[in-house]
Amino acid sequence: MPAAPRAPRLPYDWLLALRFLREGRAQTLLILLGITLGVGVIVFLTALIDGLQQNIIARTLGVQPHVTVSAPDDRVRAAWPRTDAGTPLLSQASPRAQRLRSIPGWQQTATGIAALPGVRDVAAIVSGPASAVRGQAERQVALLGVVPGEYQRIVPLDSYLVEGNLRLQAGEAAVGTELARELGLRVGDRLRLQTATRDDVFIVAGLFTVGVREADERWVFVPRRSAQTLLELEGGATHIQVTVDDIFAATQVAESIGDRYDVKSESWMQVNRQLMTGLRSQSASSSIIRFFVLVSVAFGIASVLAVSVAQKQREIGILRAMGTRRTMVLRVFLIQGGVLGVAGSLLGALAGTGLALLFANLALNPDGTPVVPVMITPSLFVTAVLTATVTGLVAAALPARRAARLDPVEAIRNG
Amino acid sequence: MADGVPVLALKGVRHTYGQGDTATEVLHGIDLAVHPGEFTALIGPSGSGKSTLLNLIGLLEQPTHGEILIDGAPTATLDDNGRSALRNRALGFVFQFHHLLPAFSALENVLMPTLVNGGRAGAGSVAEAMALLEAVGLGDLHGRRPAQLSGGQQQRVAIARALASRPRLLLADEPTGNLDTHTADDIFALFRRINREQGLAFLVVTHDPRLAARCDRVVQLVDGNIVADHRQGQTP
Ligand SMILES: Nc1ncnc2c1ncn2[C@@H]1O[C@H](COP(=O)(O)OP(=O)(O)O)[C@@H](O)[C@H]1O
Ligand SMILES: [Mg+2]
Repeated sequence: MPAAPRAPRLPYDWLLALRFLREGRAQTLLILLGITLGVGVIVFLTALIDGLQQNIIARTLGVQPHVTVSAPDDRVRAAWPRTDAGTPLLSQASPRAQRLRSIPGWQQTATGIAALPGVRDVAAIVSGPASAVRGQAERQVALLGVVPGEYQRIVPLDSYLVEGNLRLQAGEAAVGTELARELGLRVGDRLRLQTATRDDVFIVAGLFTVGVREADERWVFVPRRSAQTLLELEGGATHIQVTVDDIFAATQVAESIGDRYDVKSESWMQVNRQLMTGLRSQSASSSIIRFFVLVSVAFGIASVLAVSVAQKQREIGILRAMGTRRTMVLRVFLIQGGVLGVAGSLLGALAGTGLALLFANLALNPDGTPVVPVMITPSLFVTAVLTATVTGLVAAALPARRAARLDPVEAIRNG
Repeated sequence: MADGVPVLALKGVRHTYGQGDTATEVLHGIDLAVHPGEFTALIGPSGSGKSTLLNLIGLLEQPTHGEILIDGAPTATLDDNGRSALRNRALGFVFQFHHLLPAFSALENVLMPTLVNGGRAGAGSVAEAMALLEAVGLGDLHGRRPAQLSGGQQQRVAIARALASRPRLLLADEPTGNLDTHTADDIFALFRRINREQGLAFLVVTHDPRLAARCDRVVQLVDGNIVADHRQGQTP
């Protein structure tokens, strides 16, 4: 006596759907491969683009505050968004304004801003143009007067320190390594800083490399009090720099600051308008690619299932004759589409992730960071699988409807 | 035997295929009643409308005119779900070509009608299906796929499947049509045994006069009309 037969564990619709898939092995494998490739491409592409964008944003925000507050413009204040066609990356450090102006009542304003919801840290700085002179050499620089403890919370300058220190005690300055190279400066050297009306001599106490050319070539940090003197802004502050909790909500915070105080307030997104436009169009084109990959995956699923429905006419007829409802037949084929979608997208998501990680780990910068940054988030994974599953269901809808509407008599007669 | 409500009643059933110029009426007003436990042969020349009649009775198609009652209940107003449920509960089908599902074992094929009903098969329904397979002499072969069975064995599985939902009426369209005489006799004997043991009514389309002679009743269809309907003494 052979082993006692067991009842199938699955409900009817699942049992049929899975058995049909197993029966059409070659077709099933083919379409799985198609979905795997499609979803793999999508995941890989998205990981790459997200990684790239996140990297660009991180680098941008590594030297910039999330929100920059300055004195209101001389002319009547223009409403957001301004028709500014995009300002340079580090515009707040290389002020455009010809006349430097202090933010009126900046202490109270800074305290007020610090208390706003969503605001993390606040630092008041004095910045303006100056020339750095050493011997015969002279360079145009951006003078940045900061209180290091406060400024450090906005831009992690310590992490960029190459030599010396960044304590900025009275009479000390910190310069970028590029500027130091151009002027032949070393820690402990003397550096003359000149503005239109004043000049003073500082000791170079620290060198930093930010990794952004403009900063490394032009930034010169001095104590805030010294900058106030050099720029003739005694007791003043030209900018209040702000960090926020959610960088993508920076514009809202900037707007609420602008609403509350008589100041000009810009988020990093508004300052880097061109960059944001670039990122957005990059996202848009990757969305288009993803869309078309999905569409071709959908067509693949639909055509394979259509073939399967045609091949299974007879079986569908007999199932109907046994009393299987139309809706049940519909479900059997929808489930096949869904299962193909889930399985293919899981495989594809794994393949895409694997490829992305391989890419990130293969090509490394000297410092060990990947040349091609990738970003794989659980949400990318979940979105890819969900989208492909829904695509599978949608793609299966048409063949499934055909199967459900099949005339059982016709199907049986053709035996 | 003709007492009580008939399991099947046809009243003035007409059926037309095609529309407009190509419309052809293939059944011209059929009146027929089949009573519980009755074993009826439906005979007639090819093209006389036997299969059409069986498909109408099987609720696979709707007649153009007339009424079909199953267990006294009219069927014309039922929607697809209602017809499917009735098909599953009251009717069993056996076709000339077995129409088993190739991807499923013999046992799973027999379980199908139960699955359609309840969604899942419990241990009880497996035992029942095994009993049916044993009744048709295939208990040992329950794990085989249709392709691993002979024509006669396949037809036996199809019969076991038709019996699985405990129907009131079993419809068979030339069930022995592509079997050799010996196997055909076996299948027919099996039909008669089930009919005797379970009191299940049979309506069997056949070309074989030897088999028709072994039925309780013979209905003859010619060109879409019933031309003869007589009961005969049962031969053992
Ligand atoms: N789907 C259909 N469309 C048109 N004519 C059909 C269709 N099915 C059957 N017929 C015609 O109806 C008549 C009866 O066919 P059928 O019921 O199959 O006869 P039988 O089973 O007695 O051989 C035949 O003339 C056949 O050509
Ligand atoms: Mg026929």
